[in-house]
Amino acid sequence: MSTPRQPRSPSVRPRLAVFKFASCDGCQLSLLDCEDELLAVAGAVDIAYFLEATSRIEPGPYDVALVEGSITTPHDADRIQEVRRQSKYLITIGACATAGGIQSLKNWADHEEFLQCVYARPEFISTLATSTAIADYVPVDFELRGCPINRHQLVETIGALVHRRRPRTPRHSVCLDCKRRGTVCVEVAQGIPCLGPITHTGCGAICPSYDRGCYGCFGPAAQPNCNALTDHYAVTGSSHEQLVPLLRNFNAAAPEFQAAGDRLASASSTEGQT
Amino acid sequence: MRGTPPVTACQPANPWLAYTARIHAVRDETPGVATYDLMFDDPALADGFTFRPGQFNILYLPGVGEVAISISGDPHDFSSVPHTIREAGNVTHALARMREGETIGVRGPFGSSWPVDECRGKDVLLVAGGIGLAPLRPAIYELLARRDQFGTLTLLYGARSPDGLLYTDEYGAWRSAGIDVQTTVDRAHTGWTGNVGVVTLLLDRLPLPRTNDTLLLTCGPEVMMWYTIQAAQRRGLPRESVYVSLERNMNCAIGLCGHCQFGPEFLCKDGPVFRYDRVASILKVDDL
Amino acid sequence: MTAAAESTLNSETFLPRDGLQKLISHLSGDGFTVIGPKVDQGAIVYDEIENADELPRGWTDRQEPGRYRLERREDDAYFGFVVGPHSWKRFLFPPRATVATADRTENGWEMATPDEPAPRYAFLGVRACEIAAMKIQDRIFTGGSYVDPVYQRRRESAFIIAVNCTTAAATCFCVSMNTGPRCGSGFDLALTEIAEGFVIEVGSDAGSELLARLPVTPATDEQLSHADDERQQAVNQIQRTLNTDGIRDLLLNNLEHPQWSDVAKRCLSCTNCTMVCPTCFCSTVTEVSDLTGDHVERQRQWDSCFNIDFSYMNGGIVRDDVRSRYRQWLTHKLASWHDQFDSSGCVGCGRCITWCPTGIDLTAEVAAIRNAPRAKASVATETVTPQEGSA
Repeated sequence: MSTPRQPRSPSVRPRLAVFKFASCDGCQLSLLDCEDELLAVAGAVDIAYFLEATSRIEPGPYDVALVEGSITTPHDADRIQEVRRQSKYLITIGACATAGGIQSLKNWADHEEFLQCVYARPEFISTLATSTAIADYVPVDFELRGCPINRHQLVETIGALVHRRRPRTPRHSVCLDCKRRGTVCVEVAQGIPCLGPITHTGCGAICPSYDRGCYGCFGPAAQPNCNALTDHYAVTGSSHEQLVPLLRNFNAAAPEFQAAGDRLASASSTEGQT
Repeated sequence: MRGTPPVTACQPANPWLAYTARIHAVRDETPGVATYDLMFDDPALADGFTFRPGQFNILYLPGVGEVAISISGDPHDFSSVPHTIREAGNVTHALARMREGETIGVRGPFGSSWPVDECRGKDVLLVAGGIGLAPLRPAIYELLARRDQFGTLTLLYGARSPDGLLYTDEYGAWRSAGIDVQTTVDRAHTGWTGNVGVVTLLLDRLPLPRTNDTLLLTCGPEVMMWYTIQAAQRRGLPRESVYVSLERNMNCAIGLCGHCQFGPEFLCKDGPVFRYDRVASILKVDDL
Repeated sequence: MTAAAESTLNSETFLPRDGLQKLISHLSGDGFTVIGPKVDQGAIVYDEIENADELPRGWTDRQEPGRYRLERREDDAYFGFVVGPHSWKRFLFPPRATVATADRTENGWEMATPDEPAPRYAFLGVRACEIAAMKIQDRIFTGGSYVDPVYQRRRESAFIIAVNCTTAAATCFCVSMNTGPRCGSGFDLALTEIAEGFVIEVGSDAGSELLARLPVTPATDEQLSHADDERQQAVNQIQRTLNTDGIRDLLLNNLEHPQWSDVAKRCLSCTNCTMVCPTCFCSTVTEVSDLTGDHVERQRQWDSCFNIDFSYMNGGIVRDDVRSRYRQWLTHKLASWHDQFDSSGCVGCGRCITWCPTGIDLTAEVAAIRNAPRAKASVATETVTPQEGSA
């Protein structure tokens, strides 16, 4: 047998560590926000490293690392290597860790200029020119999308780890969720540009239920046809000045959103020159 | 309407209801493949579960999910219901960690079956690849149980390597009972003295004296079945004499969820076994 | 059947406008949850109603590919609109339903199926195309070897009050699909709205019995004539067509047509067309369990052939691009549905056209294939696909 039969051992709780990189802590807080499930989570896993929740620090190695935040400094770039070495299973949580986050907007700007503007003594600041995903530096075993992540998906993922199965986090569009819950399409009925058709499910389709367009906080859905959607919005009256910031948001540096945003931006700059 | 009504001993009023079954025995077959003998807790089912060769069950691991697995046992042996399973997905990985005595859910049997009755008076050629022998094994048992009703029986079986051949300890008994069993492997290892090469090479060498009175039943990877059928047709076997067992994403098994559609067919209820001429045209279309 | 019911059957009656509330109240009194149209979220949706005032009186809908807008009518009609983003399938085949449960016991897993009574719905304002859609879903869920208990229970107890369309949207093509605009059967009562009230046809004993309790009078010739005029107005307004001649073979013989690649450039694979379609029936079952994993519910949810993982099986995704997924949807809907269920899967309601975010119009896609059928098969996948007004 290539895969030896292992008896189930529910008594051994996976050792969990939570690491933070460049981020707002919101995704870690989703774990503490689990309310009803929090005690069950605490019982199901052995929380060995989670500075947001406990000062108790146990050394690695860890069975599971939840990694929040993006890589923005040389120090972080080194530290994630150590986290990877210490972790059997590495899960990135949230838009920062999976795509670079809102701070990836600096990828389109001059970060030296930012340093001069923001810091009194910029020479003490050591930072990279870009904010990028954890997966750009180390292999990632599983991704949880969202800004912030959905706590039900987090509990599902932890449950899957405990019970040694694959987490159920589908990758279809937000539209499917709107339709399941009976939300009327804000784009078709109200002409609001909405990223739902190209955005990854997970949030539960919150924004359209409040008459707002989806702003893509879970990043691109599987095989998103970004150009078809933005071309349609352009034809139906949205300007590139509206659409580029829509794409360059919490998941600006997710490859599909980045390509679509750059395409529109270069189209409008070409237009501007003529 | 298409599809034949299911013939089954345990059709519940609610087709979503799974019956509790216990893992009676697990036998490791080949790397990553094991046979699970299941026994129903309900005594009426334990004695009364019947199926036709080629049909499948839905196995259910609560919390993990369901998976469609063909029944690989003897239709006349009611002691337990064997399923030969390759570890390939979420459910089968979880199943591989289960131990004898643990329980799962079973719905079934579902689907169409091999045309054993139509084989009467004919030579029967079975061609299998890899795990594809599992859905054919009940047909082999059935053919051998009624051996005098058929002409020559031949099983051509290919696997990637010698340790990928299923049920090797049964070939002797099968041969004695009257079926010619020939095996081949893609890659041999030291000590293997048998055939090396694709299964169609065996078919090319096989005498087919009565092409109009021969039925071909084949199950394996689609590409293997495709070349097997081409080879058989070159030898003069009509399309109407070929039966294939196909696989798609079977989700509900009762024709309601839409996942397993293949052109106009619902594989779960119209298939998995089809006469080749019914599906020949759609098998040629990519990504259907 | 009562004598009173007998007398009203087969003869059209008239219900004044203010009688609509009595109709709703009687249904509620009989234990039905009345579902009807109401204005919500910028559209006319189907939701629970208790009062005739909740109906979209004086509203209409303007629809075109990828666009829907509510507009005020010049009159106070209750049903002066067509069909919106919802369909009745969300009540008969709910977006989420528990189909089975499993509980871990000392003796292993115990499986069960839920046995709670189904809600008793009265649907007010069912259009002819929607009745046709229900008949199609009846064949899917209750007409085959296996019967879906969730659908069956809800369907059996449903009371159907149809409304004949008196207007049509630019996306309507029920005439092409032979499903409307007039309701022929499949209802308990059918209403045609005229200025002073409703002309009512009876379609069942249950409808007849309800009618006997309403303040109806025999319809006058003038009222019948007005009803004819109103219905004719809808017929006259339907402009969109789908040529269904030999459509099954047309599509199945053109599975490699370059049009599939063309539509894939515009299609978002977002699932909206399948979700709003009143006949689309695909679903998936998800395990819902807590962290202990001791109690599990099997929850059936709407699914779509446009989802990439819909065709997942060991070894990969069968339909791994938008082209093959759109082709699957359209050829199933208009072609292989005939093989499976002896009818088209399309009722011509136009929802998939209106609610497609990019306004893809299936009637135009079929027409494109019909106008250039079977582009030389061997090169079909090689040639650059024609650009249609590359906007």
